[in-house]
Amino acid sequence: MNDDAPIFEVSSLSLYYDDFRALKDIDMEIRRYAITALIGPSGCGKSTLLRCFNRMNDLIPTARIEGRILFEGSDLYHPDVDATEIRSRIGMVFQRPNPFPKSIYDNVAFGLKINGYRGDIDEAIERSLRQAALWDEVKDRLKDSALELSGGQQQRLCIARALAVEPEVILMDEPASALDPIATLAIEELVRELSESYTIVIVTHNMQQAARVSHETAFLMAGEDRSGYLVEHGATSQIFTTPKSERTEAYITGRFS
Amino acid sequence: METTARGAATVRGDRAATGRFRRRRGASLESRVIWWVFFLCAMLSVLTTVAIVFSLLSQALSFFREVGVWEFISGTRWTPILKPRSYGVLPLVNGTLLVAFLAAIVALPVGLATAIFLAEYAPDKVRRIIKPALEVLAGVPTVVYGYFALTFVTPQLQRVFPDMIVFNALSAGIVMGIMIIPMVSSLSEDAMISVPRSLRQAAYALGATKLETSVKVVVPAALSGIVASFILAISRAIGETMLVTIAAGATPRMTANPLDSIQTMTAYIVQLALGEAAHGSLEYNTIFAVGLLLFVMTLCMNLLGYWVVRRWRQAY
Repeated sequence: MNDDAPIFEVSSLSLYYDDFRALKDIDMEIRRYAITALIGPSGCGKSTLLRCFNRMNDLIPTARIEGRILFEGSDLYHPDVDATEIRSRIGMVFQRPNPFPKSIYDNVAFGLKINGYRGDIDEAIERSLRQAALWDEVKDRLKDSALELSGGQQQRLCIARALAVEPEVILMDEPASALDPIATLAIEELVRELSESYTIVIVTHNMQQAARVSHETAFLMAGEDRSGYLVEHGATSQIFTTPKSERTEAYITGRFS
Repeated sequence: METTARGAATVRGDRAATGRFRRRRGASLESRVIWWVFFLCAMLSVLTTVAIVFSLLSQALSFFREVGVWEFISGTRWTPILKPRSYGVLPLVNGTLLVAFLAAIVALPVGLATAIFLAEYAPDKVRRIIKPALEVLAGVPTVVYGYFALTFVTPQLQRVFPDMIVFNALSAGIVMGIMIIPMVSSLSEDAMISVPRSLRQAAYALGATKLETSVKVVVPAALSGIVASFILAISRAIGETMLVTIAAGATPRMTANPLDSIQTMTAYIVQLALGEAAHGSLEYNTIFAVGLLLFVMTLCMNLLGYWVVRRWRQAY
């Protein structure tokens, strides 16, 4: 596939929870091998939008979507598409570290096993932990419970777990919001490194973080009816220096949050 | 509205007038009495346990003055009423464990599958039907289960095993298994429901199916609660009396064959208590020896269950 072609193309996407419209007519493209930050005030639907990309919203019985998302040119929500297969190609890291109550080794091995990995599992685990910059800290204690790790280490373990199944995209939902500043910087550095080989979409509350790590930024807001809509999407440098919309400018300069 | 406002104002006025809250007379006496009432209620169960242990021990001791403990624990013939008398309790233990084992074979898988279904799969509507049904199952008197085993399950089983006699371990074991399914399923379901949603999401996000998420993430995470439910259910099966008295027979026997007629420890106690053994006689005291052993066995099971929960509980 052409590297210049967008990996996701979202067109007139709306998402409803029962009758409540949480997202309204979103049109955007996600660039391949770039970090796209989704920013906006609480309740603007940025996490909801993120969860549309790997069909996590399918797990909420009342949620349904209108419009279309193309992933690698084909309809992500086509009835023939297997959501579990999609999720092994589009990984996700959550707001709070959520390692399984298993060993460090088994956490990373989980995705490999359920997806029928046929290579050397030990090798894949080492590779993933190295990519997540965690290997040196845990290589001597792979059999220890993941719950004994610090919060920042747990989050890097969750990233390693997501990387192990070799996804094309990694979705991150405020991955550093539960971490201290030093652990946050480690995660940000890791995200930058990963963007060389993965497409990353990251939701963040923290505008400095968006400015520091992302290549592109999309700004969402909730309208009068509380549905989220896309205000502006462009190169991060442009959004933060010369935003087209006054609302974007007001938000990034901290006039409301 | 206005009345209320004025009322409140009056109260404040009174307080302002006296300058302090009026202390109700006898408040300290009252709190001391209440303390004792609640304390005694709470102590009732402790005292009962102590009394049971005491009565079991004292009469079992007079049994063990005449029969050696080792002879009792290791003997394989139990004929305390018929001559030649023999006081080996193992045939009764064998009967108890055989029925409990059969019950476990039924209840553990079915109960766990029920719990997985309720916790992970069932839509609200279905859950609202199944949960009360399970509660009804748990509330059926055990004597009803006994006759259900004897008059319904046994004849069905006899079609498969024509040689099987009317009183047998298999029928009692199966029905006892059904009886303890609600224990397994409701405790296991509670344990699974308390597994954080974030773990399920983590599994789904890695491409796990619902079954993989349930079996490889939720069940292991809830394992301490599930194992504890197994242990408590088996403990219940060991102590269950009425069902086995009615359906399993009255033949103490060393056997692993579920089609045999057997006698459990509990059923023996009932049989002897209803008979005409004289108080204080050696026959009569066997009740307490067997009862003490039963008490120790179920106590160990419950302690084991308690330990499993403490030892394996995950702090998320």
